[in-house]
Amino acid sequence: MRAMFRTSYAQDLLLARSPAAWGWYGLLMLVLLAIPHMLGEFYVGEMAGVFVFAIAGVGLMLLIGYTGLVSLGHAAFLGIGAYTNAILLTKGVPFIFSLPAAGLLTALFGVLIGIPTLRMSGLYLAIATLAFGSIVGIVLEKWHGLTGGFDGLAVPTPAIFGYVIEGRTGVYYLSLAILVAVLLLAMNILRSPLGRAMVAIRDSEISAQSMGIHLAFYKTVAFAISAGITGLAGAAYGHYTNYLAPDGFGILLSIQLVTIVFIGGLGSLHGAIFGAIFISMLPQAIALSRDSLPFGLGRLPGLEPSLFGIILVLVIMFEPAGINGRWLKAKRWFGEFPLHRRAAFRRQKSYAKSERLR
Amino acid sequence: MSQDDSYFAARDLSMRFGGIRAVEGVTFDVRKGEVFSIIGPNGAGKTTIFNMISRIYTPSGGSLHFAGQDITRIAPHRIAGLGIARTFQNIELFSHATLLQNLLIGRHAHSHVPILSQLAFLPSVRQAEIDHRRKAEEVIEFLGLQRYRDQLIANLPYGVRKVVELGRALCIEPKLLLLDEPSSGLNVEETEEMGFWIQDIQKDLGITIIMVEHDMKLVSAVSNRVLALNQGRILSMGTSAQVQSDPEVIRAYIGGAPEPAPEKEAAI
Repeated sequence: MRAMFRTSYAQDLLLARSPAAWGWYGLLMLVLLAIPHMLGEFYVGEMAGVFVFAIAGVGLMLLIGYTGLVSLGHAAFLGIGAYTNAILLTKGVPFIFSLPAAGLLTALFGVLIGIPTLRMSGLYLAIATLAFGSIVGIVLEKWHGLTGGFDGLAVPTPAIFGYVIEGRTGVYYLSLAILVAVLLLAMNILRSPLGRAMVAIRDSEISAQSMGIHLAFYKTVAFAISAGITGLAGAAYGHYTNYLAPDGFGILLSIQLVTIVFIGGLGSLHGAIFGAIFISMLPQAIALSRDSLPFGLGRLPGLEPSLFGIILVLVIMFEPAGINGRWLKAKRWFGEFPLHRRAAFRRQKSYAKSERLR
Repeated sequence: MSQDDSYFAARDLSMRFGGIRAVEGVTFDVRKGEVFSIIGPNGAGKTTIFNMISRIYTPSGGSLHFAGQDITRIAPHRIAGLGIARTFQNIELFSHATLLQNLLIGRHAHSHVPILSQLAFLPSVRQAEIDHRRKAEEVIEFLGLQRYRDQLIANLPYGVRKVVELGRALCIEPKLLLLDEPSSGLNVEETEEMGFWIQDIQKDLGITIIMVEHDMKLVSAVSNRVLALNQGRILSMGTSAQVQSDPEVIRAYIGGAPEPAPEKEAAI
């Protein structure tokens, strides 16, 4: 284990913990920038998909992982963002306006949904967001004049200051840029009073209130920010698929987004990225292994959603900290190498939490 | 009555849950700078009074006043801003955050930077954060919590968590501190140490304290005045010695009359 030596309070406010961490992130960024020049179209497209899911994952992580509010309707926010961006582009609005507009309008929807639903918690909130998700799905289907209904909607190619964002490579850089911006935003939130208020609400509403945190206000803000970021992901998703159809934004996508957060590891931004990588790889892995599975399992309909479900349950049971938890444990194991203690990560429950004030 | 004699006041306070009268017609005044303890058997309504003061419950009747202001119907999240902090009987810390983060959440009532500048983490936010950090560090030093600074609350022993909760309340820079059973779950040494913290908070920081407590040794050691409750009503109020020798209080705790029973002695 490396010990940190701190000499000023400002040091705790840095984005990366040490100069070495900056070096690693810089290297990662260089590799990511170089990938389209090194790998083929297919891989670039797949990576762009990972970025899109990661943006949405960060948005949902702020809500589920940091504020403790579960939403099963985030596919609807993704859809609202995607359609807003596409419709504005079709109407001739430049991309530099349509993209933020997609984020802001989705955030506004987040506020509108947040005000009535955030008085609920736990399962009730999940059900309410689920209902919202299906309502949005139906509106996208039926409002033919705006969304094109089941005919779908072609997403125009965007351009920034005359530079056309085209093909797999264009979408790759676009979603990478959005992802980096969203990550910076999330890190800013988490090191400021807003982020701490969110964590406080997650861990104990009753004492958050006693610390002067206005629960309804901060929950609504968290919901709006989460929805807005998911809306940005939606805009990128539209360019990734090039074509929007209402049935793409249903419950399955919502569950995929929740899976990103849980499998990645609740309460960490790294987790959102890990989860996004996992969720984008899984369909490919299934497709590859489809033919080699015994008893014709590979040809079963609904194989993919049921695998998502099984994996989600297994992760919650055996590794609640998700992939990120595994990653941290592995890092620690190598850090302390010969002196590793087996009980270092044993979970223990040392006191009973009071339920009296709920 | 001067402002200092009635720094905090409860007037004819009552609370009903359906047909149960948890607190009824309770009136008391707390003087500025004193430690005021509320004692009573289980179910006497002590914690209910605390929950009314911190506005988790809305009183069914009566009123609460603090520093000359009526706080009976104020929004719960404004209580901290007025300078009233509390701890909880069963510890309500933010257990998946570090000790330092917990203390910084205690600073929330003092953070006034707009949300949009927080999103961009403008220099004003950075400066405010460093100032909060400095204040939190003073509390860490006051309570001697340096070695736990960056640990997750979930990994800390119970006794330390109790002190952390005290520290989080101090980060609010309260004028009035409500301690709900500060000694519950602590061993003898830890309880004694808690008594020292309470005395230090009263003397060094000049904070007025209202405390609910069962441990009579701690109560007599730190309180200026004691209020005894039973079944939601006031039994006795006065110094610790006066209250403990009040026959009503003894009857409530032990049950039955305190007179010696000669037949029983004969039986032995």
